[in-house]
Amino acid sequence: MSIDDKQWDLTIRPQRKLLALPLAELWQYRDLTSMFVRRDFVSVYKQTILGPLWYLIQPLLTTITFTVIFGNIAKLPTDGLPQFLFYMSGTVIWTYFSTCLIKTADTFIGNANLFGKVYFPRLAVPVSILISNLISFAIQFAFFLLFMAYFAWRGSALHPNAWIFFTPVLLLIMAGLGLGFGILISSLTTKYRDLRFLVQFGITLLMYATPVIYPVSSIPAKYQTLIWLNPMTSIIETFRYAFLGAGTANWLQLAYSFVFMLAIVAVGAIVFNRVEATFMDTV
Amino acid sequence: MPIVISVENISKAYRLGQIGTGTLASDMQVWWAKLRGKPNPLLKIGQQDYGNRSGETIWALKDINFKVEQGEVLGIIGRNGAGKSTLLKILSRVTAPTSGLIHVKGRIASLLEVGTGFHPDLTGRENVYLNGAILGMTKQEVTKKLDEIVAFSEIEQFLDTPVKRYSSGMYVRLAFAVAAHLDPEILVVDEVLAVGDTEFQNKCLGKMSEVAGEGRTVLFVSHNLRAVQNLCERSILLTRGKVSEDGKTYDVITKYLSSVLEKTTILLRERSDRTGNGCFRFTELEFKSKNTNVIRCGEEVKIIIGYDAFKNLKNVNITIVFFDSIKARVLYLGNQVSGNLFDELPEKRKVICSFKRFPLLPGRYILNLYCKVNGIVADWVQEAATIDVGDGDYFGSGELPPGGFGSVVVDQKWEISDGG
Repeated sequence: MSIDDKQWDLTIRPQRKLLALPLAELWQYRDLTSMFVRRDFVSVYKQTILGPLWYLIQPLLTTITFTVIFGNIAKLPTDGLPQFLFYMSGTVIWTYFSTCLIKTADTFIGNANLFGKVYFPRLAVPVSILISNLISFAIQFAFFLLFMAYFAWRGSALHPNAWIFFTPVLLLIMAGLGLGFGILISSLTTKYRDLRFLVQFGITLLMYATPVIYPVSSIPAKYQTLIWLNPMTSIIETFRYAFLGAGTANWLQLAYSFVFMLAIVAVGAIVFNRVEATFMDTV
Repeated sequence: MPIVISVENISKAYRLGQIGTGTLASDMQVWWAKLRGKPNPLLKIGQQDYGNRSGETIWALKDINFKVEQGEVLGIIGRNGAGKSTLLKILSRVTAPTSGLIHVKGRIASLLEVGTGFHPDLTGRENVYLNGAILGMTKQEVTKKLDEIVAFSEIEQFLDTPVKRYSSGMYVRLAFAVAAHLDPEILVVDEVLAVGDTEFQNKCLGKMSEVAGEGRTVLFVSHNLRAVQNLCERSILLTRGKVSEDGKTYDVITKYLSSVLEKTTILLRERSDRTGNGCFRFTELEFKSKNTNVIRCGEEVKIIIGYDAFKNLKNVNITIVFFDSIKARVLYLGNQVSGNLFDELPEKRKVICSFKRFPLLPGRYILNLYCKVNGIVADWVQEAATIDVGDGDYFGSGELPPGGFGSVVVDQKWEISDGG
């Protein structure tokens, strides 16, 4: 019998290609991804009294805290915007990025038991995390719009503009950044558990290096280049400009974030592919 | 029949010892030196270079080759550490081989565990969908089979209860029900059947032979030789990472049993996990079979017990208790219950317990040794030995009871009575 490569449905080999994202396979397992999304979404607030309300309480309490501490006590400038809306816009955006990153960073260690027993495209896990967080983002975003409407009704000067239509792109870049960093860290944690601890407070530190609680305009000119190097800076600034009319929206900065995102996804995918094949032996 | 799995020169290496030097910084140092073609800077003089790892490589599998035809039920047996699990992991794509290729034709599903990915907070129904998706089923397929799955698991009324409130039996039943309704062309099964009670195991085995009967290909890895014997036409034996035998199951199992029994004498002198006052101590245990070096059901077998006694002992009571794989006691042997009293046991002898026809059914058994002198425990060695009993012909009828119906056979006589 001739053994022709085409007659086989599957070939198991030692190492896969360097940068092979199994997108076709991921599509084939789309039901699994949707089950993971459902699991993540449903299981989080099971046996809680407030249930999905927590999706609203979290950003609300954070925003109130920020408004009291950074706005009223530290008196940080907010580009002339109502403090509440300023902090809320930052919080909602930042929460999406940071939860995506933290959760995808736990892909291998957190699912070691599952990965050790059965095969499916491992990427289904981080992708499902991006999606389930997108749902919670949508809820929080709607909440934000509600507050926006309230402030506009109360007479605050808000200037939403055409950049609003750019929001999906902002989300795409953020999801990519979260995914890229997340799978990179997740792959490295199979060997270096230290990174797990680093992620936890690293993300908090990173928030202070991102204009979440202050506008870029309040930064001294000589440090501004530095803060623009952070790919999240343009996301938050553009979002604020689009919805509230204060901040900076700049094509070049956004292009930089986009290219940065592509690079980190590529690096993440390469490392993820390498680790995926044999991580069960080291974890 | 066309070949559906072709395993070509599969090898898998594991590194012994610690992986990584411990810190990212020193790993970077090693990697940077390697990149510039310099020697490992962290190496001590005279030490062999293992890159940034300490320790050696061990080959869990070395040049494995075999082919499986469509519809074949292949058994994979071997001792612990022979590489069965590693082979299974590679076939299930849980880990990649170090070298070699495997070609597969058709959808392959592996069952290394039942209930993989079950989430305690989700309901039975939600978990059926989740587990089904993890095992490679689409939502549609699960929906189509939901009724069957529920019926098989017998948990209808709890379907919308979170599985964390299930009893462990219900949990396993539901988990297996999902797995059993998987429709792959090739099924790779580990010893998932070792869990649960005998009834459940039988249900699983029944389902397995049903699957095999439908012309699907099954790879079955097990310690349960009897199950392998019943299910598989052909088997391969793995010995230290290599295929040492490939052929008819009966022959392969015979080969395996004789290789296991190469060391027929089990030494017990070094065992420290024993209790008793020590005036009598078991030193070795030997199973001697008349014809071959395989213990077979129905064969003439001698159990020879070596011991140390500090003086001639009076009133000695020696006991051997056999346990099966789920730790149920299945056979009690004792010189006192059988009426062979040792009023006086000399210092340097051996004790022999012999059988005209060995009564244990094929399978794996663990045994405890126990000795009382004058009513006081002198020595007690738990799990002194593990033995594998092979298929045999106890009755001379060429038949044995089906698997799962007890562990021992006894003489019996059946006749037609005229009413008196």
